[in-house]
Amino acid sequence: MSTAEASDESLAVCVTVNSQLVTEHVLPRMTLVDFLRHRLGLTGTHVGCEHGVCGACHVRLDGRVVRSCLLLAVQAHGAIVETIEGLSASGEIADLQEVFVRRNAMQCGFCTPGMLMIAAELVSAGHALSREDIREALSGNYCRCTGYQAIVDAIEEVVRSRHGHVQ
Amino acid sequence: MKPPPFGYVRPRSLTEAAALLQSHGDGAQILAGGQSLLPTLSLRLSQPTLLIDINAVEDATPLEERDGTLRCGARVRHVELERSELTHRRAPLLAMAMPQVAHVAIRNRGTPCGSVALADPAAEIPACVIALRGDVVLQGSKVSRIVAAEDFFLGLYETARGAAEVISELRFPIAEPDDRFGFAEFTRRLGDFAIVGIAAAAHLEDRHVVDLRFVVFGCEARPKLSAVARELANGCACDAVPIERIAKAVASEIDPMSNAQGDARSKRLQTRALSARVLTHMFAGEAA
Repeated sequence: MSTAEASDESLAVCVTVNSQLVTEHVLPRMTLVDFLRHRLGLTGTHVGCEHGVCGACHVRLDGRVVRSCLLLAVQAHGAIVETIEGLSASGEIADLQEVFVRRNAMQCGFCTPGMLMIAAELVSAGHALSREDIREALSGNYCRCTGYQAIVDAIEEVVRSRHGHVQ
Repeated sequence: MKPPPFGYVRPRSLTEAAALLQSHGDGAQILAGGQSLLPTLSLRLSQPTLLIDINAVEDATPLEERDGTLRCGARVRHVELERSELTHRRAPLLAMAMPQVAHVAIRNRGTPCGSVALADPAAEIPACVIALRGDVVLQGSKVSRIVAAEDFFLGLYETARGAAEVISELRFPIAEPDDRFGFAEFTRRLGDFAIVGIAAAAHLEDRHVVDLRFVVFGCEARPKLSAVARELANGCACDAVPIERIAKAVASEIDPMSNAQGDARSKRLQTRALSARVLTHMFAGEAA
């Protein structure tokens, strides 16, 4: 049992972040997003609302997109975390990134890493998607600039090019 | 917007988690998916002294079918329940409801057991477990007990769970071939908490309704199993269910809270419209 019964007691976290194993000591109250940004310097993951509403802090935890403001760093112990830096470096989302830029699917860019994380999960589902499906998947991500239209267009284009069609 | 200080333990079993609740008293809280708990910490709405993280327990039931029930253990995430073929075959009502539980990234982490433990009046799963005559299994440090979902939800965020008990499982009776289900909710944005929602299950025999369980949620402090819907529907041929009459009666029967989401009158109107929609889905088309 991992224990830090006192709140000022640090716990060891061993976690694989973007293919690198890191070990750090953190207080239980530290969220995963603060851990990624402040301890590891991975500032591509953004902090928006800090209570699970906006989606700017999306990361992948053991293969699934989660809100990193709604997880404690200590909970990532033993897990595999992938951030926008990892997805970007591996080339996994190169097509999404290219289309986001070409179609101007961002303005200030604050929400974009979170959008790309959820879009990556969506387009890798391996089946046709309607615009409605895309909008549903984006319903947990706030963008205060674009009105979403260009983002939906961009994801739709990637779905079409990866799977041949949109419903 | 940062959580207050607290201690953290990650027990290896649910019985151990229950024992920790017992020994630490009021300040200890269970951390399951954390998708509702973490926001309350960041907003400083709650200040536990100890979080008991049950994500590493080794004695939790997986999502499985056993003894005529679909069982959903404490570590099962929303996304597993949503996507499992078992859910679609054995508990179609849950398959209808799950896509409307929060957003994808929240469903990837949150748990159905956690949702039932929190007992938010606008949450989908508590309403479904009542409509389906489900049970809640509670694990203490020494013994476990089973509470019918209908008796579990006592009020606003209040349940029959004891202070030193952990929800270890939800059990849903397997759907019969003739059962019918309906689910709908009214929200400002997909994935938000329901302003008004309905989860309904009907058991049929010889094409007659013998038991309609019609649950309205989001309106009152806890999900409400409608007595009047059952009374008006039971005994009706399934092509002669008085849809409009039931919808009107259900809307009169509820006592909605007025809040930022709308006043009581709006919620009655929404309940009536939504009830008619759900009943039409369940019973219309019979005459054809």
